[in-house]
Amino acid sequence: MNLSRKIFTGIATAAMATTVTACGGSDSSGNFDDSVTVGILHSLSGTMAISESTLVDTEKMAIEEINASGGVFVDGKFHKIEYIVEDGASDWPTFAEKSKKLIDQDKVPVVFGGWTSASRKAMLPVYESKDAFLYYPIQYEAQECSNNIFYTGATPNQQSEPATEFMFKRSPAAGKPFFLVGSDYVFPRTSNTITKAQVKALGGKVVGEDYLPLGNTEVAPIISKIKVALPSGGIIINTLNGDQNVAFFKQIQDAGITPSNGYYVMNYSIAEEEISTIGPEFLEGHYGAWNYMMSIDSVASKKFAARFKKRWGADRVVADPQESAYNMVYLWKQAVEKAGTFDDNAVREALVGEKFDAPQGPVEVMPNHHLSQTVRIGQINSEGGFTILEETGVVLPQAWNQKHPSSKGYACDWTDASKGEKYKL
Amino acid sequence: MQLIIESLFNSVAIGSVLLIAALGLAIVFGLMGVINLAHGELMMVGAYSTYVIQLIFKLPILKPFYDIYVLVAIVVAFIVSGVVGILLERTVIRRLYGSPLETLLATWGVSLILQQFVRSVPLAYATGFVVTIFISLLFSTFTPKKLFQGSRGKLIKAGALSTSAVAGVLTAGLLASLVSKLSRASARNVDVTAPAWMRGGIDLFGMTFPKTRLLIIFITIISVIAVSFFLNKSVWGVRIRAVTQNREMSECLGISTENVDLITFGIGSGLAGIAGVAVSLLGSVGPNVGVNYIVGCFMVVVLGGVGNLLGTVIASFSIGLLTDIIGSGRLLTIWPNMPHQLASTVDFFSTTSMARVMVFALIVAFLQYRPAGLFPQKGRMMES
Repeated sequence: MNLSRKIFTGIATAAMATTVTACGGSDSSGNFDDSVTVGILHSLSGTMAISESTLVDTEKMAIEEINASGGVFVDGKFHKIEYIVEDGASDWPTFAEKSKKLIDQDKVPVVFGGWTSASRKAMLPVYESKDAFLYYPIQYEAQECSNNIFYTGATPNQQSEPATEFMFKRSPAAGKPFFLVGSDYVFPRTSNTITKAQVKALGGKVVGEDYLPLGNTEVAPIISKIKVALPSGGIIINTLNGDQNVAFFKQIQDAGITPSNGYYVMNYSIAEEEISTIGPEFLEGHYGAWNYMMSIDSVASKKFAARFKKRWGADRVVADPQESAYNMVYLWKQAVEKAGTFDDNAVREALVGEKFDAPQGPVEVMPNHHLSQTVRIGQINSEGGFTILEETGVVLPQAWNQKHPSSKGYACDWTDASKGEKYKL
Repeated sequence: MQLIIESLFNSVAIGSVLLIAALGLAIVFGLMGVINLAHGELMMVGAYSTYVIQLIFKLPILKPFYDIYVLVAIVVAFIVSGVVGILLERTVIRRLYGSPLETLLATWGVSLILQQFVRSVPLAYATGFVVTIFISLLFSTFTPKKLFQGSRGKLIKAGALSTSAVAGVLTAGLLASLVSKLSRASARNVDVTAPAWMRGGIDLFGMTFPKTRLLIIFITIISVIAVSFFLNKSVWGVRIRAVTQNREMSECLGISTENVDLITFGIGSGLAGIAGVAVSLLGSVGPNVGVNYIVGCFMVVVLGGVGNLLGTVIASFSIGLLTDIIGSGRLLTIWPNMPHQLASTVDFFSTTSMARVMVFALIVAFLQYRPAGLFPQKGRMMES
């Protein structure tokens, strides 16, 4: 590194440090003794790029924040975090291949990555065989608990279960029958299996379900089924994927399946980002369930949103997946500092029990490598945000769902060698 | 009674989306024999035109006319997709007549290019590009041939080209500065929202008929009537049919087959544009819109019998009817006491995914008996 570049880097870090000191007040030093390179692996091209690129933006922001406040302090030295961004290209085998590259060639101690369950399933064997560590930030169907993955998104009992209970007990359609709609792949089907078991236990009735093949936007047969199954209104649980939501909400509104006629849709895949794409005029009055919503009225949440807008543009929004991605970078930093080394096995041990004041409120890493989180139920308003109606206390994650017939009575605990991935409670 | 009306309406609604999407292909593939895999992307172009028109009508000057933007969009989408189609014909397809395999590969390549184009080029510039081509086409069609000859011909030609280029650049600049959403490239799906009077439904006989569906059915009927009138009654229609039946003989009789090809392809593409408007009212608009429809389009045309408009109409409504009856499990409602075995089979197929499987299986089975479709084309073309 030549002299002028060194000076420039120094000035840049100093400038960044001062801005953060000005608003954050944390101690800082512009000088790093060393650096550490981490991997970021999301789709930057293909169909998933739209969603996953927001995670890359958030992770970069978190890393910049950490660097600005002095970096990672390990072994008596301040480490600057550098990152290598790899493109998973919305292609699941590519995720596995790029993971191998990051682990073997770039020797990164940690990879932040993934969105779809398919990409995670493709990466899992790579991390397990190389004993590396993946941080995965998306709300998912659970039924998985790997020693080599750390999951910061919600499990079904941290999203869909409280949501189903809310709809059945306290929504305007309380007590009415359920209809389940989803895209035809693993997440909606697993999620709906859990919902069906839960509705049955609550004493409610599921009167129908249907799955739309990915890419199909012809909703007419589903609409007539909903009308036959729910003649006088009811609860619709929606796990459709991205664009299919647009077709679904446009067409059900035209067909009179609206809140004013007694039909309420609870959504598990629609966050602020999606509301602005679909259009709030189609979604107003329906519901969503997340751990983080942009409308949370707390200092941490507002700061998070403001920093993101400042870094990436005033028209950008933050949503639950981004908050998860933000949390995982900070949790990794804390765990590394606690362990005093970048070594995976030590960091993994240090990670469990780590706490963080996230934008959603306090979160804590549990022995099953998932996070304890707060669940919020919101109603979509005309401005394209959520009006938060309910907030649970901290909900512990269940890697093995207690309502799914195949995993009832099982749990996961990586702190106890005799328990591990799946043990009987 | 209510059940029959509802079932019929749904079949017609599903069928008319298929029909409007396949109508252009019925002409391009049916009459010209061009396997155009970029047909779906021409629909996508139409859908994006609707989006651009919607944004333009949100500008303060045009705001009072916002309610009719969809009607404007239909005309604009026809022209824009037609222009893109003509460009495609002139540059690629013309060189590949008579070699179906190469056409298939080339048009597939074009479809990928178009998909990437809308992802990485700001829509304002894309609009400017289309305007340039449109104006230069107008010049070359309506300027008297004499002007292009002689010593000053080249100058006039250059003038015409630069005028259209300037118009295109101006349009692009104007749009980019007025509508910020058009000034940046985005791979994100965009949304077309129908004006308020077109949303919701009409309540009749105790049922709700969605207005957008009614509009799509209306557009489809008008398009089919217009196309059949054009093919059967107009001079160009007669020429097109003549060229379809015997190209060499038509050429001998003084028909410019080059122009006929161009016009046929242009109209087929323009119809794809109208289909794009219809599709944008139902779902979201994105680079992948066309991919979702292309297989269905070919299925309709093949099932109906290549080169037969009536066949295409009947095929799409039959597919609509089958999809509705199987997909929404109507048989169970009509006949609640059917034997248990049969009932569980019907129930099994009454989800959207399985209904699709069933419909395609039935079509495959049908084509085994009638390989040429419902209405096989008779005549010279089939013999050759």
